[in-house]
Amino acid sequence: MSVPVLDVQGLAYAYPDGHQALFGVDLHVHQGERVALLGPNGAGKTTLVLHLNGILAAGAGSVRVSGLPVAKENLQEIRRRVGVVFQDPDDQLFMGSVRADVAFGPANLGLKGAALEERVMTALDLVGMADFAARPPHHLSFGQRRRVAVATVLAMEPEILVLDEPSSNLDPASRRELADIIRSLDVTVLMVTHDLPYALELCPRAVVLSDGHVVADDSTYDVLTDDALMRAHRLELPFGFDPRGIDSLPQ
Amino acid sequence: MGAGHGHRLHFHGHSPVHRAPAHLKVLLLVGFMLTVVATPRDWFPVFGVYVLVVVAVITAARVPLLYIVRRMVIEVPFLVFAALIPFIATGPQVEVLGVSVSEPGLLAAWGLAVKGSLGVMASLTLAATTEPADVLVGLRRLRMPDLIVQIMGFMIRYLDVVTSDLGRMMVSMRSRGMDPRSPRSWPTLARTLGSLFIRSYERGERVHLAMLSRGYTGELPK
Repeated sequence: MSVPVLDVQGLAYAYPDGHQALFGVDLHVHQGERVALLGPNGAGKTTLVLHLNGILAAGAGSVRVSGLPVAKENLQEIRRRVGVVFQDPDDQLFMGSVRADVAFGPANLGLKGAALEERVMTALDLVGMADFAARPPHHLSFGQRRRVAVATVLAMEPEILVLDEPSSNLDPASRRELADIIRSLDVTVLMVTHDLPYALELCPRAVVLSDGHVVADDSTYDVLTDDALMRAHRLELPFGFDPRGIDSLPQ
Repeated sequence: MGAGHGHRLHFHGHSPVHRAPAHLKVLLLVGFMLTVVATPRDWFPVFGVYVLVVVAVITAARVPLLYIVRRMVIEVPFLVFAALIPFIATGPQVEVLGVSVSEPGLLAAWGLAVKGSLGVMASLTLAATTEPADVLVGLRRLRMPDLIVQIMGFMIRYLDVVTSDLGRMMVSMRSRGMDPRSPRSWPTLARTLGSLFIRSYERGERVHLAMLSRGYTGELPK
């Protein structure tokens, strides 16, 4: 098989206060896959995400992105390859206008002038926010800000898009619009979420992280219908939702 | 939440004052303030001229005078302090409306009040005619250190976020029966400010993470 876009091997990490969050995590994501990362609160999902672009440095084990190890000398390139969309768009959008915010990443990569402008507008087009380029981010609705946050990362043309709780705090219409956008993108996706129906809708494959261990790595359908596994790791389907009753699943 | 309200000081318009380059306006404002402060306070007619100049600029900008005056309420605590000076200062006493007050104190109060008000009025005029982002561009053009301009930019961006954080905390406290006006709840209010500080600090850390994740190396793109 080809070189995986994301190759995590034996990753372990303890926070400076001694709390160990990850105990030897293995994870491979290949080109074009959409993978859901599931797990209860405190399972270490966010800690894992912060290793993928080198914000945290592995205590043991390794992370490679398309073969390039996450290490200090590669950080700039790693951060271009791995686009992380954080949960709160107010943390992600810090410039005076939508355009400046989307331009922030590519400008740090050295893009200028017309090439930069084109990159920005392409990214905004992908999320349907091109008409809002001149607006200040805090004047947008929450759903619009979430979409701009996705565009800020798409503008760096990442090889893998990492979404932290993409559907949180969205109304059902914005949630569906975001799903349409994610489906339309030609990019590898790793989606951290508690929203199990959303994971089933968008990601054919799911990885379950619990107490810093990977406890399941299977098709999302099989994970969500494995009642013993779900119960053992504090995963619960919302009321009235049964994957067995859905006849059109993403492949 | 956080959506829909603009900067409360800016008055949208297309007058020559609005269109003038921001760095020029900042320079003029600073020059004007220095002149006002340097003017001896007993040159009474000169202050009349200053007021006329500011009013002329406001008129040229087609900003309603009342818009500026209403926002000058911010200097009221300062004026109260100025009003106290004649009563606590020493020196020869004069009778004003049957009350005996200190003469040098009266002059000091006048100086403080008129210079302060002129400064506030002129600054509000700049704020009303220039978008905050343009002021930053102007400051950068005036060679203000980049780090300070960046910090000011973040302040403008997150002012609304932090005020709405505080607003939500106040609503939740009121919903649980706190009366923010009663002195008994002041200790709680103080702790609230403490936790608002922690929240903002943590948000700062998260913003920094998000910046690093997009390749920030210490310089914002121009």
